[in-house]
Amino acid sequence: MANQNLAFRALADATRREVFERLAAGPKAVGELAEELPVSRPAVSQHLKALKAAGLVTERRDGTRRLYQIDPNGLGEVRAWLDRFWDTALVAFQTEVARTAKHHSRKPKK
Amino acid sequence: MSRTIQPAPVRKTLTVPASPERAFEVFTSGFDRWWPRSHTIGKGPLKEAVLEPRVGGRWYGIDDDGSETNWGDVLIWEPPGRLVLAWRIGTDWQFHADLLTEVEVTFTAQAGGSTRVDFEHRHLERMGEGAGGARDTFDSPNGWSGILQGYADAVRIG
Repeated sequence: MANQNLAFRALADATRREVFERLAAGPKAVGELAEELPVSRPAVSQHLKALKAAGLVTERRDGTRRLYQIDPNGLGEVRAWLDRFWDTALVAFQTEVARTAKHHSRKPKK
Repeated sequence: MSRTIQPAPVRKTLTVPASPERAFEVFTSGFDRWWPRSHTIGKGPLKEAVLEPRVGGRWYGIDDDGSETNWGDVLIWEPPGRLVLAWRIGTDWQFHADLLTEVEVTFTAQAGGSTRVDFEHRHLERMGEGAGGARDTFDSPNGWSGILQGYADAVRIG
């Protein structure tokens, strides 16, 4: 659950979300992001670090440049978390149906 | 600027040993009986999970201290075949009235008396948008007591 919380928290910051959304248009280097946004290069680096830690953004080398891009699954961690979330919930639902189905076959009153 | 984030919907299919009517009933009016207690955005622990059985009805959690956390509302109510819920919780873990992601659940009768349940949570890309905006203070209006009893009667199907 640590990662999921990171993802949620990472995107709760307005500037960080802006960085994330800029990357949605395509891979970019730190310098490019710093030019587009009213924040310093070190600040952009910090935001990218947080987004990376949250599993929302990945990094790759392009010659001498380091490019950042959105996880191919988009909101990767968030989606992965929701996937597990619903797994747990639906298994619980299934169990409850089975439990009450047995109950119903014995005492068919409801 | 165009948004190109398009995460795939979360999709699940399962089979339950009951008719679509029963499956729909357990999913909705029986919501509190199966919803995992860990699944809450409130301070917790979760005392009660509520899904109001009608279009426009809310689904929400009630914490031990009585506080409510809103999750969304019912968009389509077509027992026993189909249910569509709005999930309005953003990536910041907060409820946003203007954020719309959809949870669709369909119930299809299978040979042998069981039911196939198809689940989809879609438009996840929207979750990155509303988060962190004006925090919606959707505080509880009137007393919610008695609602659960209301369900049992309203949703009982045979």
